[in-house]
Amino acid sequence: MDGNRRFTKKCKLMEGAGHKIGFSALMSMLKYCYEFGVRYVTVYAFSIENFKRSPEEVQSLMDLMLEKIEEILKEQSIVNRYGVRVIFSGNLKLLSEPVRLAAERAMLATAKNSKAVLSICVAYTSTNEIMHAVQESCEEKWDEITLLNSSGAGYGLISLGGYEQDVMDHLIKLTDIEKHMYMAAAPDPDIIVRTSGETRLSNFLLWQSANCYLYSPSVLWPEIGFRQFLWAILNFQRIHFYLDKQRKQS
Amino acid sequence: MEFFQDGKVREGSSLSLSLSGPLAMMPYFLWVAIWRYKSLHISKLQYLAIVIESEDCRTSNVIELLQWLADLGVKHVCLYDKEGILKKSKDFILEKFDGATLFQENDVLLDQPLMTLEFASFSDGKEAVAKAANVLFMKYLKSGSISSYQGEQIFTESQMGEALKTVGLCYLSDLLVGGNGPEPDLLLVYGPARCHLGFPAWRIRYTEIQHMGPLKSMKYGSLIKAIYKFTMVQQNYGK
Repeated sequence: MDGNRRFTKKCKLMEGAGHKIGFSALMSMLKYCYEFGVRYVTVYAFSIENFKRSPEEVQSLMDLMLEKIEEILKEQSIVNRYGVRVIFSGNLKLLSEPVRLAAERAMLATAKNSKAVLSICVAYTSTNEIMHAVQESCEEKWDEITLLNSSGAGYGLISLGGYEQDVMDHLIKLTDIEKHMYMAAAPDPDIIVRTSGETRLSNFLLWQSANCYLYSPSVLWPEIGFRQFLWAILNFQRIHFYLDKQRKQS
Repeated sequence: MEFFQDGKVREGSSLSLSLSGPLAMMPYFLWVAIWRYKSLHISKLQYLAIVIESEDCRTSNVIELLQWLADLGVKHVCLYDKEGILKKSKDFILEKFDGATLFQENDVLLDQPLMTLEFASFSDGKEAVAKAANVLFMKYLKSGSISSYQGEQIFTESQMGEALKTVGLCYLSDLLVGGNGPEPDLLLVYGPARCHLGFPAWRIRYTEIQHMGPLKSMKYGSLIKAIYKFTMVQQNYGK
């Protein structure tokens, strides 16, 4: 959702206005997605790198997030109308307590919704996600081994005596890591849209985008509309067969 | 040859190159393209990655592409295809294209006369991370100190990066350079879709990704245009 600040400058608006208009653009795009039957939508709301911005800007973004999370929980909000389960993906411990608690409340309140999933990436980067998943996998493996050892079935694995090198090198499998990803609740995306004509992923879904169509419309995020949405889908349909084949080969 | 600010070439005593023959036949826009290329800040491109659809990996095209890159002054290139076809043809490519040497794990990206070439495939991506996880796990198993009861982070991203480097070193003996080289500034995709096809995730955080179309219809002009577009990009890195 790139381009909110540029939009503010371009239209000579007050600081922060771009983000607010950007939020409306997000609501529109979500409506198009759900009307078209798209089940999984993921948005990059706040990167760990964004904490490096000025404290005033970070605070105003956190305030906006808090305000919008409260709105989401209301009866007639888009998530309830379309049966959307909301998940906040990222290192939520980095968020201030009010925002983190609000996020947890939203996840709990929408846990029973089952028509679609909206993953909101906050305090997220792909590299942090991968590292966190590796850490969780190691801890899980440690717990497993400790349990085996205490029941006498570990064969002294903890002292490294019992297993061949080949087994040691593959104690943790790719599937173990993948199930600990922040984004494990959603399948790999089919399309990633990054606005403002920027062609990089900026540490977003790097792991999950191996067979994904990357679309970079030149519009700024607050300017995005149905035209760009349709164009993304048409382009995706054109190469769908190829990407499907790639996915099956992975 | 002198180019004036309006991009036109003027005949006169200052010209050292005759404009007769084929050069005079070149259309105006081509002159402008060459003029633009002369102001191509190629030094901004420290590391270039090329992703090629495995089914299109014709070595003759690859070698021609490498020659174009060498002519443009690109010093460090990573060739990636999902299935490792390019890795298998590594010796052949290095033999036919004598302007390059194999990238070594601890190479610093200095200016050198020959281009360094790295070969990568899908196994250098996710699988390398799984292997790095095992390296880290072994380390903590040995020290017996795995614990996060206080909830603190026990691994850092730089430790992960170090572990990934270790994995690369393990494979050096097989002359398969792991996915642990530097992060490319620019990644060019030669294939049917703008898709990075599993290039090692760890390495493309801020990499500009551009789609070039199929390899068999590659054009020198498109390559220049893509690199030029890259040199004009400004990044905030999240700030």
